[in-house]
Amino acid sequence: MLKVKTPKTGKARRELDKRAPKLVETGKKTLILHGTKTSGVLNSVLTQIYHITKENALRFSRKNEDVRPFESGGEASLEFFSLKTDCSMFVYGSHSKKRPDNLVIGRTYDHHIYDLVEVGVENFKPLESFSYDKKLAPKAGSKPFIAFIGEGFDSVEELKHLKEVLLDLFRGEVVENLNLAGVDRAYVCTAVSLNRVFFTHCALQLKRSGTIVPRMELVEVGPSMDFVVRRHRLPNEGLRREAMKTTRDKPKKKEKNVSKDVIEGKIGKVYIPDQKVGEMALPNKAKGVKRERREAKLRHGDGNEYASKKQKEDSE
Amino acid sequence: METEPQFQIELGNLMAFDLHHNFPSPPSSREELVKECLKRGTELVQAIANTLFNLPSTVDVDGPLVKLPLPTTRLPREKPLPKPKPPTKWEVFAKARGIKNRKKDKIVYDEQTGTWKRRYGYDRANDEDKVPIIDAKITDEPGEDPFAKKRADKKKKIEKQEKNRSQNLKEAAKAGALPSHVQLAATALPITGSQVVPKKVTKEELGNVAGMAATSTASGGKFDKKLPGEKPAKHKGKYRKFLPVVEGKGMGSQERAQTEKVLNKLFSKNSHEMLNVNKAVNMYNVKKEKKRKNKEGKSSPSSSKLKPKKTLKKKPLNKGSSKKGKAK
Repeated sequence: MLKVKTPKTGKARRELDKRAPKLVETGKKTLILHGTKTSGVLNSVLTQIYHITKENALRFSRKNEDVRPFESGGEASLEFFSLKTDCSMFVYGSHSKKRPDNLVIGRTYDHHIYDLVEVGVENFKPLESFSYDKKLAPKAGSKPFIAFIGEGFDSVEELKHLKEVLLDLFRGEVVENLNLAGVDRAYVCTAVSLNRVFFTHCALQLKRSGTIVPRMELVEVGPSMDFVVRRHRLPNEGLRREAMKTTRDKPKKKEKNVSKDVIEGKIGKVYIPDQKVGEMALPNKAKGVKRERREAKLRHGDGNEYASKKQKEDSE
Repeated sequence: METEPQFQIELGNLMAFDLHHNFPSPPSSREELVKECLKRGTELVQAIANTLFNLPSTVDVDGPLVKLPLPTTRLPREKPLPKPKPPTKWEVFAKARGIKNRKKDKIVYDEQTGTWKRRYGYDRANDEDKVPIIDAKITDEPGEDPFAKKRADKKKKIEKQEKNRSQNLKEAAKAGALPSHVQLAATALPITGSQVVPKKVTKEELGNVAGMAATSTASGGKFDKKLPGEKPAKHKGKYRKFLPVVEGKGMGSQERAQTEKVLNKLFSKNSHEMLNVNKAVNMYNVKKEKKRKNKEGKSSPSSSKLKPKKTLKKKPLNKGSSKKGKAK
């Protein structure tokens, strides 16, 4: 016997629909959590990453003991969290003697681990240590510019992977229309050596130049740190191929109230609500023109007919 | 997408990638490194901005809007592609017959009251259930209640529809295309998930199990409230046998027999001798006496009094000599 379970409230139904697989996917959510032991540096790293990706990130404040991303059994907790919070990326921080200030950035596909990159954080400079004009501070949720510098990003396997993961983490929502006045942040990642990437977050200053294109200036605002790549795990080929599948054709969005006619061509329907002519508020009516006033004057100034008539003529 | 010979620019993601840069020598200090990075970063960002601001822009309330192209770097999806759902039974039928879905108005004119009412739901127009009189047809039986019949028909229709709906959902689940807000829960599968059909439990078995559960309480299940119709629990097992209070003077024969049984059991358990010498001697003596008696019995009849009385002899515990094994 099969029982059909459906959500009873509209809100629950909408939430479930949001989490359903879609043809064209919108932004990925990130889960930020930490393990049994964290250092002070790592704590502030995690909070500041949460700060810059505020819109689509979740932060777990408790320590999670049995999360070991690189071991075969230790991924179950992560997959469960990913399922419950609907987050497809996670940033897991931990600190140990062997791997100090460790960050594991991972992605999931269908709530199973897809790939992982483990980096160590060095030379961390927090948000507060940067002094700049407060007006320049980038607004939350704005689409960032991302710049990758260095041939290491193309030649070294691990750096290639890290580049892909960082792009996924920081790019935000994929939008069709962009407001040019709203671009105000940029992330700069430089491959300093074969396994070290210098990462910093800057605000953009658009300066007036002669042409349409403004002159860009970068001002360091945000956290800056060095990523030292330690380990990484690439997805296996079959999984990768499945995850990269896309549909070519975009679903045609039905245009409402538009129809095509052979004779007249394209016709659109416009619906106007009922107009209650008697109850509408009339704008800008001069005092003398109001009918009530006129009638009142007529009644009142019956004796003074000549004067009232004159008034009427004047106002008209 | 490549504007300058060195940078790779992707507008969909607002990304720029400088392939050819490498630090010719390790930078001398941290600040040098930072400055260099910022300088290169500025160049890249400027390059993106050049292409970005030259795109055709539309004027909007907040500022100029540009239409970004789709991103080209392929990044993995987070969930698998949704599978197309299989057509339902009705859809298959409609397609085969060429039935098209016609748009219906929400408000319909009701002839009964002469007002406009909704087409379905509470207080609907042309409601068939609300007729006060049903004309009898020739085919109707005399004792049948048509209103009850209508209600029964409606129930059957609802059941049929539910069955069809769950069938459609099962088909969709098989194809992997269950709608996101529906969950199918199996109610009768065992926890192990195997396909074994659960065995039907008989009334007796259930009663037994209930009895066992009752006796596991602190008071042995005697004072549990019984449900109406529940039979009292059957006491299975040994009862204690109590000897009659008055039997005779001293140790009566029943009591004697009881104590003898207990003692025999104890001794036989604890003695480890292969041969019980006393017993063997007694048996031999008895046999011999019997033989003699038979011979004599043929000669003298009154031998009952001369019969050796069977005396109860306590077999002595061999203290210290026998190996004391595991005492039970």
